[in-house]
Amino acid sequence: MKKLSARRRHPLAALVVLILALAATGGLYAAFAPADKAQADETQQSLAIEEGKKLYSVGCASCHGTGGQGTSDGPSLVGVGSAAVDFQVGTGRMPAQQPGAQVPRKKNIYTQAQIDQLAAYIASLGAGPVTPTEKQYSPEGADIAKGGELFRTNCAQCHNFTGEGGALTKGKFAPTLEGVSPKHIYEAMQTGPQNMPSFPDTTMPEKQKKDIIAYLDAVNGEKTESPGGLKLGGLGPVSEGLFAWIFGLGALIAVAVWVAARTAKAKKS
Amino acid sequence: MSTTTASTDSKRKAPAGERVADWADGRLGIYSLAKANMRKIFPDHWSFMLGEICLYSFIIIILTGVYLTLFFHPSMNEVEYHGSYVPLQGQLMSEAFNSTMHISFDVRGGLLIRQIHHWAALIFVAAMLVHMMRVFFTGAFRKPREVNWLFGFLLLVLGMFTGFTGYSLPDDLLSGTGVRFMQGAVLSVPVVGTYLSMFLFGGEFPGGDFVARFYSVHILLLPGIMLGLVVAHLILVFYHKHTQFAGPGKTNKNVVGMPLLPVYMAKAGGFFFLVFGVIAVVSAIATINPIWSIGPYRPDQVSTGAQPDWYMGFSEGLIRVMPGWEINLWGHTLVLGVFIPLIIFPLVLVTIAVWPFIESWVTGDKREHHILDRPRNAPTRTAFGVAWLTWYFVLLIGGGNDLWATHFHLSINAITWFVRIAFFVAPVLAFIITKRICLGLQRRDKDKVLHGRESGIIKRLPHGEFIEVHEPLSQEQLHTLTAHEQHKPLELGPTVDENGVERKVKGSQKLKAKLSQGMYGEDNQIPKPTVEEYKEITSGHGHH
Amino acid sequence: MSSQDIPEENLPVAQAEGADLDKHGDNPFADPGLPPHEHRIQDIDERAAKRSERTVAFLFTLSMLATIGFIASYVALPVDKSVYIWPLGHISALNFALGTTLGVALFCIGAGAVHWARTLMSDEEIADERHPIEASPEVKAKVLADFKQGAKESAIGRRKLIRNTMFGALTLVPLSGVVLLRDLGPLPEDKLRHTLWAKGKLLVNQNTNEPLRPEDVAVGSLTFAKPEGLEEHDHDFQTQIAKAALMIVRIAPEDIKDKQELEWSHEGIVAYSKICTHVGCPISLYEQQTHHVLCPCHQSTFDLTDGARVIFGPAGHALPQLRIGVNEEGYLEALGDFEEPVGPAFWERG
Repeated sequence: MKKLSARRRHPLAALVVLILALAATGGLYAAFAPADKAQADETQQSLAIEEGKKLYSVGCASCHGTGGQGTSDGPSLVGVGSAAVDFQVGTGRMPAQQPGAQVPRKKNIYTQAQIDQLAAYIASLGAGPVTPTEKQYSPEGADIAKGGELFRTNCAQCHNFTGEGGALTKGKFAPTLEGVSPKHIYEAMQTGPQNMPSFPDTTMPEKQKKDIIAYLDAVNGEKTESPGGLKLGGLGPVSEGLFAWIFGLGALIAVAVWVAARTAKAKKS
Repeated sequence: MSTTTASTDSKRKAPAGERVADWADGRLGIYSLAKANMRKIFPDHWSFMLGEICLYSFIIIILTGVYLTLFFHPSMNEVEYHGSYVPLQGQLMSEAFNSTMHISFDVRGGLLIRQIHHWAALIFVAAMLVHMMRVFFTGAFRKPREVNWLFGFLLLVLGMFTGFTGYSLPDDLLSGTGVRFMQGAVLSVPVVGTYLSMFLFGGEFPGGDFVARFYSVHILLLPGIMLGLVVAHLILVFYHKHTQFAGPGKTNKNVVGMPLLPVYMAKAGGFFFLVFGVIAVVSAIATINPIWSIGPYRPDQVSTGAQPDWYMGFSEGLIRVMPGWEINLWGHTLVLGVFIPLIIFPLVLVTIAVWPFIESWVTGDKREHHILDRPRNAPTRTAFGVAWLTWYFVLLIGGGNDLWATHFHLSINAITWFVRIAFFVAPVLAFIITKRICLGLQRRDKDKVLHGRESGIIKRLPHGEFIEVHEPLSQEQLHTLTAHEQHKPLELGPTVDENGVERKVKGSQKLKAKLSQGMYGEDNQIPKPTVEEYKEITSGHGHH
Repeated sequence: MSSQDIPEENLPVAQAEGADLDKHGDNPFADPGLPPHEHRIQDIDERAAKRSERTVAFLFTLSMLATIGFIASYVALPVDKSVYIWPLGHISALNFALGTTLGVALFCIGAGAVHWARTLMSDEEIADERHPIEASPEVKAKVLADFKQGAKESAIGRRKLIRNTMFGALTLVPLSGVVLLRDLGPLPEDKLRHTLWAKGKLLVNQNTNEPLRPEDVAVGSLTFAKPEGLEEHDHDFQTQIAKAALMIVRIAPEDIKDKQELEWSHEGIVAYSKICTHVGCPISLYEQQTHHVLCPCHQSTFDLTDGARVIFGPAGHALPQLRIGVNEEGYLEALGDFEEPVGPAFWERG
């Protein structure tokens, strides 16, 4: 990882990224250019894989090995599938910045087109979960209440009732799900990034993932209502207790000081 | 009523209010009662109002609680939810949970009353703890108020359990996890644990009974006892008359302040409305226990960050940091990992409750005390109190270790180890540091009395030396700073009498002498300035 | 403890007494007595007093208006109306309106009363005498004499038979109440030792309500199962799932360190009780890289590669493992009940 961060700080890094971006734009154009024949599709695909391989060798190979076979710094990527790449790179977790208990979410530095190329390359190394389509993860038409039940059975133990996140062992943590896109939530369930277990379609079918996403959108989305007022972080009794002490009792003691204080005397010089 | 009797009975017709009072006096004796109490004097100090916060939040809890009982169904029958909250539509839940949802979403103002009830409960227990600390640190628990100290302590303990049972009533996933924890703790009791658990839950956990049983405990049994204790507590406060801080004109034989009628009627009565108003506004702007996002209880579901309300937090800390000791012998299991915290839980509370009795045993002081101590003038007591608070706070950290971990990017294991060590070390450190600070403050007081107040004015003497002018204190200030009493440490005396026969000294006597030295020995309090010292310094030169 | 324990000279001299002695002497620390009363501006300036009066009246009027506002919001606002109020977020309009109006109505009454007391009522301090709580010796003697007489007249000391039988009866009678508590619940017997699991019961996926096949369970995945036949609508579902809940993960067989665990697994698929052995929380924070499970309640950590041994936290013993296999139709099945009680430990667990 150190090697990676050293490279990222190289004076030419910006130039490399710029060139890659230009190349990607071209690739993106090519990808969207109308292509009727399967032949053309295949060409597009192999082109994407080619581009992805280039991106890979710059951003990923130092940890995951030149062919994705893995090194002591990073696991093998053979068979992780395009969904894993889309999640890891799309949420900015990869490329990782520094070693630690857990690689945190950060600003994503790749365009979606580049991510797709990287994903295509990794997927070409071995079959794995495929990046979902919007139809798969969009919360429309899902059963929110069923999603809630599934969430409490499968997810809440780490991510809290409404996905506010929580602690794991030795500094690891389950991140908050606030502001995570439905696609990334879907991919996380499918692939089980880092220490999160996976919930493959064999045990949690597509429909149920959709339900869970719909539930999260309902209880921790931008428009989620909190009828009673301030959510206090959605963390339960600890933040409620702090609020009661600081603002409740604090205000009452301030009032008590006023009640008991002497009124100013007329001639105090 | 004929005019003739009226004219013979009295020359004038008494005003209506007086006639009502006459009627009541003839039956209840209210004039004699009012004679002693109507102009009762209460001293002014903000810290004397902490108990009122407790009293008023208790009244608020009763008022709102009665309202909630009109809508709440204490039943564990499973029903499907068909209320107005979408994310729970069609979910199975107990009637208790269902009716709480109904109160929160379909009864107009129900959510507000629920939130006032819960916020008031958190504030009630918090205020009791702060009130108790005020009484502790000022020595207000001394004779004749020891019994009232115990009443107050019982109220704190009962308040915690009333809170716990009430918190469990909605049968939501969070509170259900708490009840499960309690059941696990009951199971750990040697020999009778399983029996207790079966009797408490009417069979295996969770069964179908505990909500109804907790309900009658929560709304009848415990509040009934508490109401009685509150009344007794207040009667004793009236009977003993309030304590006061030392100051000019304030002695152990009087109480200086304002009369109940009219000033305290207005201030204390007004304070009730102020407390209620603040809690109502808090309930308007901040949500508490949003059971709809928590979901109904199922024993196979859980959420991270599973904590009880704050007042049970120290027990949560105890259980979280305890090592998992378990002894299997002769076909039986001793679950020390759970049972030891279960034993320490009451001990934490009892530790602070017994201090007044230890102190009075050591001092042997049988006199009444109505003048409060400043905390610095009782360094050992203050240090003990701070050590206890530190202990309590360390356990609270332990109870929230997962949230500390995520919010401060720490390892949960590291926090647990910190609490394990701090459980033993932190109170000792707090004790030593507090005592040092108290003694330092005592020295400063002594300095102020003997040398006056630093005025901030710098003066240059003829020979070029710069000095700061010290202003002598007024007699009021001198009196206030020297009014406290100082105990002399207990000496055991010679162990051999004049005939050379060894005198038997009981172990308890030795212990008492040792404690007495610890509290009032040479290094443990700064002798207050004497008149002679003062005169010697003031008669000499004006400054220094 | 008796008062002889403490030599008299160890008790400090009360300041008040010392002060009395020195009242006319030259003790600089003596109590100067209550300071003279000083007037507030309201006591000497009628205009200031009028201002205070107006403030108090204004507060009381504000309270009335707030109460009208409370009633108006109760009538006007629908219970499900949501509004966005910074910084509170999307909140219930009714709750916010009712709470703030009620709060203002109450607070203003209090504030008015206190302002009235502070600025317009007399603030002259009054000293009230205290009297000792203890009764005078005469009163005490009278009470003791009365008591002795009463006791004598009752003859309780003389007629010991009456006294002893009365104490006996009073001691026994509460027992009826204790006996009545017996039917609060059944005896434990061996209820805590058994769950619904039995030989041949299929492992039903909690998500889909379908029986699980080994190929459904991937390495690194986490699945929760219940015994075949247990449905959410069953009247004892809660009590049964509290013991039978199962956590299923798949570990590469070469990573499993415990021999029995491997034997009881099916090709690395291991089934452990989901109920923590500490105090019974559903433990399921599975870290798929380390194969540790953490309890969210009290952080007991178990190593699933090593027979679910406790590696951290307050739990006292490993999670019970359910022995599983595959039936003829290719579904995962239990090969019996748990061999030890699930959940928290108890005295008879052994």
